[in-house]
Amino acid sequence: MKKNSLLSTIYLWIVTIILYIPIILTVIYSFNDNKSPVYWTGFSMRWYEELAHDRSMKEALINSLILAFSSCGLSILIATSAALAMRKRESKWDKIITYLSTLPIMIPEIILGMVFLGVFSFMNLPFGMLTLIIAHTTFCIPYIFSMVKARLQGIGTQLEEAAYDLGARPFRVFWDVTLPSILPAILSGAILAFAMSFDDVVISIFVTGASTNTLAIKIYTKLKTGVTPEINALATVLLVVTIAVILLSEITKKKEE
Amino acid sequence: MKIKRKHSFSALLLPMYLFTILFVFLPIVYMIYISFMTRAEVWGFDTHVTLQNYMRILEPLYLDTFVRSLKLAFTTTVLVILIGYPFGYFMAKLSAKWKARMMMLMMIPFWTSSLVRLNGWVIVFQSNGVLDKILMGLGITTEPLKLLYSYPAVVFGMIYALCPFMILSVYSSVEKMDWSLLEAAVDLGANRRKAFFDITFKMTMPGLLSGVVLTFIPSMGLFFVADILGGSKVVLVGNIIQEQLTKGRNVPFAAALSVILMIMTSLIIALYRKIAGADANISGLG
Repeated sequence: MKKNSLLSTIYLWIVTIILYIPIILTVIYSFNDNKSPVYWTGFSMRWYEELAHDRSMKEALINSLILAFSSCGLSILIATSAALAMRKRESKWDKIITYLSTLPIMIPEIILGMVFLGVFSFMNLPFGMLTLIIAHTTFCIPYIFSMVKARLQGIGTQLEEAAYDLGARPFRVFWDVTLPSILPAILSGAILAFAMSFDDVVISIFVTGASTNTLAIKIYTKLKTGVTPEINALATVLLVVTIAVILLSEITKKKEE
Repeated sequence: MKIKRKHSFSALLLPMYLFTILFVFLPIVYMIYISFMTRAEVWGFDTHVTLQNYMRILEPLYLDTFVRSLKLAFTTTVLVILIGYPFGYFMAKLSAKWKARMMMLMMIPFWTSSLVRLNGWVIVFQSNGVLDKILMGLGITTEPLKLLYSYPAVVFGMIYALCPFMILSVYSSVEKMDWSLLEAAVDLGANRRKAFFDITFKMTMPGLLSGVVLTFIPSMGLFFVADILGGSKVVLVGNIIQEQLTKGRNVPFAAALSVILMIMTSLIIALYRKIAGADANISGLG
């Protein structure tokens, strides 16, 4: 396998830099004293102060976290148990359900939003956290399900069979053999699903009630109404947290190795 | 090899079956049902069966929007392939250490709100914004380009939002590729270009295709990209559906538009499955 040429390395860096331009600008302009990003009138922390005093923003953040954790948790339970059970059988219905369950990440989000809006009003469910969790769970399931399914195919059944032959009970086999080997797949699926849930605007807008805001909805409405440096400050804070979490997980991974 | 039948736990399937039927299948059926209903005075619909919602889509205003959305999705996808494929390919050829670093660099933007990143481009493209200041400062242009709220800005935003999906799915398929085949082809006298198109390109086709699906389908529904970078100048199917649901309060018409959009995307997925094989994993990340 040949190494990359100088030209392709330059290409990789140019695209990566373009990827980061809006993020870097967001960080820079979060310290701008002026409300408009057209003018730079000096360094200031005023947007961070405003952010710290914004109670509705804090509420939205808490809502987003509750939403992402609940829908990921629920999806892990539903998707993992289904992937485990489907492995041991060959069924036409399983295939149909699997196909249907991937629809939420296949069809454009706006359709999903519309579909949920219709059906939740029909079911008379109160629009708010409950409807948000149901909607987010539908699109979190396929991420986790596909990862766990692929992993289960990869590990085969020999180890488990050996455990059974040695007299272990089903739960014991699951806990000591199966679970440890699919845990990385569950986690990477859940991390992806969490990111998608945390960032989702399109579906959330349709299924949330008047009083429940998520962070993404809040950002969207603020961006639509005008220039809001407070959002830049918020994004910077979230970015710092993200990088810290990624670095921490890398460090712990290295230590384990 | 199968584990003995007595250890199958069919009850574990119940939540998945229930949830999928109740919250994916039935809602979609219900939406198709609404699309044949008549609009009610204030909100919701009356149960009068009609084809009027579908007839209305044929009006030039809406037909044009569909054509425009398809064109935009097509342009976006082609450009995303041109930019994303080489990136995914080169990335897979990096050393293990740099692969991990590059992966991290790719993931951080994923974790930043996509809206905030789009807003970053607003800062760049704005009249007298960062780009204008740089270009005018260098004397390349003399007046603001007025890039914001234009069609190119929307295309750019779409590419920006969707390229990472293409990169990751191409990357994962190049990563799995058996390089010895390529070496064999070169040893047998194929020149580098021929070896690339006959072997590398063909073997990474599944990744490319799933990248295409992951780009093409969302690009027809991402109304907020057109909203933020296109102002009210670029109207896509997604924007119309959203408008009909909120300002227009015409649920049956929004449902009919969604049904047509869903049929279009299903056709694309069916085509993809036909080319890539039925078991193809669309997320490309598994």
